[in-house]
Amino acid sequence: MSPRQTPSQTIGPFFHYGLNPVEANYPHSQIAGHCLASDQTLGEHIRLTGRVFDGNGAVVEDALLEIWQANAAGRYAHPNDARSNRALDPHFHGFGRCGTGANEQARFTFCTIKPGPAQPGHAPFISVTVFMRGLLNHVYTRIYFDDEAAANAADPVFSSVAPERQVTLLAKRYHTPSGIEYRFDIHMQGDQETVFFDL
Amino acid sequence: MSVLSGRDWKSQPPYIDQGYKSTSLRGPSRSLVKIDPELAEMTGPAFGDEVIGSLDHDLTRNGRVNGEPLGERIVVTGRVLDENGQSLPNTLIEVWQANAAGRYIHKKDQHDAPVDPNFLGAGRCMTDDQGRYRFYTIRPGAYPWGNHPNAWRPNHIHFSLFGPTIATRLITQMYFPGDPLLAFDPIFESVPEAARGRLISEFSLDVTEEGFALGYVFDIVLRGTQATPMEGTE
Ligand SMILES: [Fe+2]
Repeated sequence: MSPRQTPSQTIGPFFHYGLNPVEANYPHSQIAGHCLASDQTLGEHIRLTGRVFDGNGAVVEDALLEIWQANAAGRYAHPNDARSNRALDPHFHGFGRCGTGANEQARFTFCTIKPGPAQPGHAPFISVTVFMRGLLNHVYTRIYFDDEAAANAADPVFSSVAPERQVTLLAKRYHTPSGIEYRFDIHMQGDQETVFFDL
Repeated sequence: MSVLSGRDWKSQPPYIDQGYKSTSLRGPSRSLVKIDPELAEMTGPAFGDEVIGSLDHDLTRNGRVNGEPLGERIVVTGRVLDENGQSLPNTLIEVWQANAAGRYIHKKDQHDAPVDPNFLGAGRCMTDDQGRYRFYTIRPGAYPWGNHPNAWRPNHIHFSLFGPTIATRLITQMYFPGDPLLAFDPIFESVPEAARGRLISEFSLDVTEEGFALGYVFDIVLRGTQATPMEGTE
């Protein structure tokens, strides 16, 4: 008999000193932080920020978000992506981690770059995994960009989502004095419940 | 391009669970949206030995300030594999836990039990080329929580694993055999009954280190993936 999946359990309320201790000021190192891009990283540098809301519309202050994305050329820094016509960027790994409890508004903020489309005919997107107390299995969603309307409409995953819910996957672009910012909130439940994928 | 087995809902807890109260406002209420397996993520972050410090695998030493942490030393080991029975080498494991008194070092933990100045309760290790991992720690204590009157969490260690792609990501908790609190714990009980045993480690005299630490074995099975790499120039 083949082995069966180990069940998931909640991350609980007290993960910070283990998973994002630097951000939360604990004396331990962390494997990745909220800043994915350095000055040398190729591509359009962006700030990605937002909040997580529960079914009552209350801000979730103890969530952990992880993002994973392709580089500006649409290539993933992973052995399964060996496409030689898309360059790897030695200054971009593509993985970030940020909690929501580190500032007063309970915002997450990533500094990263806008990815390139990973496949011809696909829209650029960033994968997001969300963990929190009260969530027994993590959820997956994707961030698409609201300034990519034509590419989104042609994207096989984005366009497979019911039209009235597609808006929950769109980050809004703003020009701010400190650069390009995309805002993306996550709603666990309710009228605006974010689309979570069965990935 | 790839074969990825889905989440096995006969093994996984539901998003909304009657017994575990915080799920009622935090678990998604709508069905997950299917994603074509051909379009699913066959990539994810890979980590090397550079993320593992020399004491990261030894929680009995990585938080020492002026002495040894209090409590019963244990060694936890096991194999990380996928549903096809394939070992998963070079997979990062992060662990965190309460101290022997059931207190987390976390600033928000209000439980009236002592902090141990010599115990951090967080560590990391990597599976070897056979998919095996091993770390040393102190057996964590039980602690109360606010879910219902007289609610106590069983002894547990939190585990975080990546596996080969973001689809294999897993965060779970390892429990100990014979813990009487398991039967009263809604988080453990949220798992379908047939799968609960997979979260309980096994005591092993073979793993136990004479005169030093009791041994527990905990194998972890991640979703199966068989990737056909994206190759060439498209
Ligand atoms: Fe815990």
